[in-house]
Amino acid sequence: MTKLGKAAPRSTQAQMLSENGLYADRVRVYPRSVHGPARTFKWAVLVLCLSLYYAMPWLRWNRGPGRPSQAILLDIGHERFHFFNVEFWPQDIYYLTGALILGAVSLFLVTSLVGRAWCAYACPQTVWTDLFMWIERRIEGDRNERMKRDQGPADFAKVWRKIAKHAAWLGIAFWTGGAWIMYYADAPTVTLEFWSGTAATPVYVFTFLFTATTYVLAGWAREQVCTYMCPWPRFQAAMLDEHSLIVTYQGWRGEPRGHGKRARDTAKTLGDCVDCNACVNVCPTGIDIRDGVQLECINCGLCVDACNEIMTKTGQEKWLITWDTLTHQKARAEGKYDRFHMLRPRTLIYVTALVLGFAIMGYAMATRAQIDLAVQRDRAPLFVTVRDGSLRNGYTVKISNKTHEATDFVVSIKGVDGAGMAGTEDAEARLPMLTLTVEPDSVGTFRVLVFGRPTRLVDGSQEITFSLRNTLTGETANYHSVFMGPGGRATH
Amino acid sequence: MPTKIEKDIYSGRDTTGHEWDGLKELNTPLPKWWVWTFAATAVWGAAFCVVYPSVPSLHGHFQGLFGYSTREAVTAEVKALEAQRAKVLDRVNATPIEQVRKDPQLMAVATTAGRIAFANNCQPCHGASGEGRPGYPTLASDSWIWGGKLADIQQSITYGIRSAHPDARASVMPKFGVDGVLKPDEISAVSDYVMTLYGKGQSSPAAAKGAVIFAENCVACHGEKGEGKRELGGPSLLSAVHLYGDTREAVIAQVTNPRQGVMPNWNTRLDAGTIKSLALYVHALGGGE
Repeated sequence: MTKLGKAAPRSTQAQMLSENGLYADRVRVYPRSVHGPARTFKWAVLVLCLSLYYAMPWLRWNRGPGRPSQAILLDIGHERFHFFNVEFWPQDIYYLTGALILGAVSLFLVTSLVGRAWCAYACPQTVWTDLFMWIERRIEGDRNERMKRDQGPADFAKVWRKIAKHAAWLGIAFWTGGAWIMYYADAPTVTLEFWSGTAATPVYVFTFLFTATTYVLAGWAREQVCTYMCPWPRFQAAMLDEHSLIVTYQGWRGEPRGHGKRARDTAKTLGDCVDCNACVNVCPTGIDIRDGVQLECINCGLCVDACNEIMTKTGQEKWLITWDTLTHQKARAEGKYDRFHMLRPRTLIYVTALVLGFAIMGYAMATRAQIDLAVQRDRAPLFVTVRDGSLRNGYTVKISNKTHEATDFVVSIKGVDGAGMAGTEDAEARLPMLTLTVEPDSVGTFRVLVFGRPTRLVDGSQEITFSLRNTLTGETANYHSVFMGPGGRATH
Repeated sequence: MPTKIEKDIYSGRDTTGHEWDGLKELNTPLPKWWVWTFAATAVWGAAFCVVYPSVPSLHGHFQGLFGYSTREAVTAEVKALEAQRAKVLDRVNATPIEQVRKDPQLMAVATTAGRIAFANNCQPCHGASGEGRPGYPTLASDSWIWGGKLADIQQSITYGIRSAHPDARASVMPKFGVDGVLKPDEISAVSDYVMTLYGKGQSSPAAAKGAVIFAENCVACHGEKGEGKRELGGPSLLSAVHLYGDTREAVIAQVTNPRQGVMPNWNTRLDAGTIKSLALYVHALGGGE
């Protein structure tokens, strides 16, 4: 590329292709270590996220005898998600939808305010890559040492370091994959089973799978994931605007960059940038922030720390690379000052959506029913005439008992004259209400026969309401269905 | 092949050399590992075609190196399932029918087996859910000619109704009109009386005359008050459920030249376990006694 840039004599097309290539080699990135506020914050988030991830499955939560004692447990076998004192059923899936929507809007809000903060600090790809880089640095040394050794011969000093590094990576990857499994099974039990070889096959399969992905993604793929695989960098442009705080090289202050003396009286006036490449050397994605906003930049701010170190050494003003907005920079370049625009229609809409979302979710959670009634009427026969001349309709009544004790539920009906009910045990009965017992934490399915002499049939059907009452808590639920009789279009 | 690779003056990058109406594309090279991953998927696909049945030919297809067949896999799974089911079905067969009804696990298996057998054998006459149709009894209701207890139903299915089997249930209604036992005006009068039993007719001199004829000719099978006699297969005339219709014309037709429905004896077609399951299923349709 540099050759071409210098207007090299244009050779044949084929030669140009081979020089330029349709496929790019991987350029290895050797990030240098750095110190500063951004780095410190990145460490803090890393420690917090990883400790949460590895420790959470071991957190116990007493739910009483015979119930899972793990605070966070995705019990797929029993179709339950336990989250501290809340228990989600598969039919609560819309809470997950809500949580995902809130997560997405939060991401939009943060991005529109302070750029790709998620990518910079909290994304698992970033966190594990950072951890793996730290290990690499501990074993193989810092940037220059690593680059030198990689180019050198495969001697003992190189080989043992490579082996040690990959062993450490694999160890952490295995720990990561193992911790994943613990969210789906009781952590102490599954650990014991894993090491005694008695765990279920999926446990081993998934542990291996997540070990492999962690090792490959954090050890080998790294910035390639962000640049080539992740969709987020592609559509973040829709969230970022000229008022978003992003990692910015203040070109108006830094340019023209150069190594020379910075005496004001020299003819050739240089900017503050000493062109030391410190910002490039620390970048985990291997880019030059001085080229402006770019897709590869994850906004981590390590270049800010690196530049501040240099500026302090050269006795210049810090924050040549800083967090700033495009409009602010434009004003500064013209010697003006522009205030930050935190409150803009975009952020206000995101905040409104968030507040609304949290309110709806909070209300839904607070008023979450412990009881659920569903009634399915028989499709065939629609109705049956019985000996005494009354009509019988059959229904399948499903009662969800989300409490943790066996409970008696009373079912009653309204809307059909002279109606009585019978369970299948005693089909002769005509009871005004039925008492049905549902096991704790489960759905009871009952067949209920309703007898009646409907007088308000329209097109062969009239409304009937099933009412359900929990005899212990008094909680109620209703279900509207229909009672069928002759005269409907279907029966002609 | 690219024709004219240029340098883009704004980005400083090369173009691919392609041009569409003046639009040129920057060369953004794909990473090589991506290309290799693509190649690996192609290799995987080719290997899959060698290992598993794949390429079709005029008379069949390539069988794959290890002769894998989804059909065989399904057959094996079905066999395993049948072996698993056999354990429970044996228990259903060995347990007295009343006991099966009290065991929810056995009952679930039996009614499922019964539902399938019903759809295969009984549905053409009795309807998909035992709703019946004119001339074919409703099994979902609580009105029974031969009894609605489990043992009654089991016997009806096993030996049939008016089938050729010696143990079949059989009842014969005399052909009062065709054989000249009753004159047309007598049949008309007795039908008027029967309509009052149905709750559809009004008391009249004809009905009163019919009551007398009824007492002389019908009570032997249908009972003093028309309540029916199960041991003889005499249907109740007080029930709201009527096999051959509840109009006056239908009653006259049935007295003049009665229809006599036939159900085959299923013991020659179905095994005892299936009949037991059928009885349990029919009993649970809602009218079982």
